Amino acid sequence: MLTDADLGALWLTLKVSFTTTVLLLLIGTPLAWWLHNSRSRWKPVWNALVALPLVLPPTVLGFYLLVMMGPSGPLGKLTTSLGLGVLPFTFWGLVVASCFYSLPFVVQPLQNSFAAIGQRPLEVAATLRASPLDTFFSVVIPLAKPGFLTASILGFAHTVGEFGVVLMIGGNIPDKTRVVSVQIYNHVEALNYTQAHWLSGILLGFSFLVLLVMYSVLKTPLQLHDVKQERP
Amino acid sequence: MNSPLQADTAKSIHCRFQLEYDGFKLDVDQQIPGQGITVLFGSSGCGKSTLLRCIAGLEAANTAYLKVNGEVWADSAKNIFQPVWQRPLGYVFQEASLFPHLNVQKNLAFGRKRSRFIRDPATLEQSIELLGIGHLLQRMPDRLSGGERQRVAIARALAVCPQLLLMDEPLAALDLQRKQEILPFLTRMHNELEIPVIYVTHSPQEVTRLADHIVMLEDGKVVAAGTLESVLTRLDSPLADTKQASTVLKGVVNLYEPEYQQLEVVFAGGVLNLPAAEAREVGSEMRLRIYARDVSVALAAPVHSSISNVLPAQIQDMTEGEPGLVVVQLKLGESLLLAHISRKSAARLELKIGMLVLAQIKATSIV
Repeated sequence: MLTDADLGALWLTLKVSFTTTVLLLLIGTPLAWWLHNSRSRWKPVWNALVALPLVLPPTVLGFYLLVMMGPSGPLGKLTTSLGLGVLPFTFWGLVVASCFYSLPFVVQPLQNSFAAIGQRPLEVAATLRASPLDTFFSVVIPLAKPGFLTASILGFAHTVGEFGVVLMIGGNIPDKTRVVSVQIYNHVEALNYTQAHWLSGILLGFSFLVLLVMYSVLKTPLQLHDVKQERP
Repeated sequence: MNSPLQADTAKSIHCRFQLEYDGFKLDVDQQIPGQGITVLFGSSGCGKSTLLRCIAGLEAANTAYLKVNGEVWADSAKNIFQPVWQRPLGYVFQEASLFPHLNVQKNLAFGRKRSRFIRDPATLEQSIELLGIGHLLQRMPDRLSGGERQRVAIARALAVCPQLLLMDEPLAALDLQRKQEILPFLTRMHNELEIPVIYVTHSPQEVTRLADHIVMLEDGKVVAAGTLESVLTRLDSPLADTKQASTVLKGVVNLYEPEYQQLEVVFAGGVLNLPAAEAREVGSEMRLRIYARDVSVALAAPVHSSISNVLPAQIQDMTEGEPGLVVVQLKLGESLLLAHISRKSAARLELKIGMLVLAQIKATSIV
């Protein structure tokens, strides 16, 4: 069945995905809120940048990140000067790369759920003495719960499934950067189909389960019909 | 016209707004009394809701000046703009807009726990009692009827102890039955509340029932403003020559005759008799609505007539109304009344301004 290397790869995958999801929720929430509210004429540019990982081949993304995070790249110089060393081929290198890679999967559901809330609940909150920050925490976040659920699940699941970026940034170091998708690739290369079957089956089941949970829960999203805005 | 309704600036709301968007222009400079219900009235698209949103601070006008009972809330010339959440107001939207993730009690508490102006802890119970929602406190908003939802929304706005209550067509989204369910609560609110209320509506029924003052808007401009009686009886007001033209008389119950189910009401200008299904307490105040089409003019008292309300009056003014109609403004003691009569009758009776006549009132309704 599963070898220690397989289990290590599984554990590492979960660790990377979980860390990435938490970081992305922390970064993605204000970013999505800002994008939702921005009246800037540069908004399409920002939206396009956030969506780039959706269309870019992971190898391209990985290549640029490798150059940026490398010893002579701007990010690499920064991390070196902070005494963190260079990020490629480390756990945190994988996390940073995953954050870029999965960014749209977190930001876009959040943006959509913010848009679905509309202006009206925010106006109501303002007439009930809530400051904008207060409103964000007491009204926006509770009403955007389905969006946060979707964002977390998609962010997590998408990070579990990454391959190209990992290969470029992380390489293939056991227990450090060798995630499940890379391990499966190794097994197939070595014609080790039984092991590949096991790991692939686990990922298949996991992915299906995640989507099943998401669609079951989101079948009954919060009722927003009462708070939608109408233009006077 | 921009005549102030009230000279006392300490107890009044002075608003001046200029705002332009999508070919619409709002240009208002108006003094609103600092007490009672002022209705912003007009057809849809006239800018009444926009004006209300400007007063709340939900809409930012290019030029804005707003002084409420002595406090400046906005003054674009001095770059003063108090954000909505810092203004001591209550706002009721057309749709109840309750927070769907909070039950009724938490909806009521939302603004209350953030308000700095709550001095009397009993005000929450009072607003719950006033709107009759005590039995709904634990319910979620999606388990309420439309009427209940709107009542909770009104109570939620009152619970923050506002110094000014703004209501944007609070009944417009409800069907007739729900309207009738809420109107008594609003009438009660009118009688018990001491803060000024600005109420937006396009329904003449709500105007006659609730308004103390009217500001009439058309195309973003004020076309008439004043007390309910004065605006309704003005011949140049947009309402005067429509079929809805009517006058509201405020009177006091004098007598109830149960055998005829007849009510006798004294007003400044005479006594009116009207049928009423239920007895009213003698001395209680009431509003009577008299449609201009139900008032006719006679030179001599009819001898054998079913019309029981025939009152002496003087013709104050006359104007051409809809084709074939003359609108006559009658003065009965202190009160004014409008009458729609045919142009032919007016000619036959040789009606002139200043003439003493008899006003025959066919029907009166309680509002």
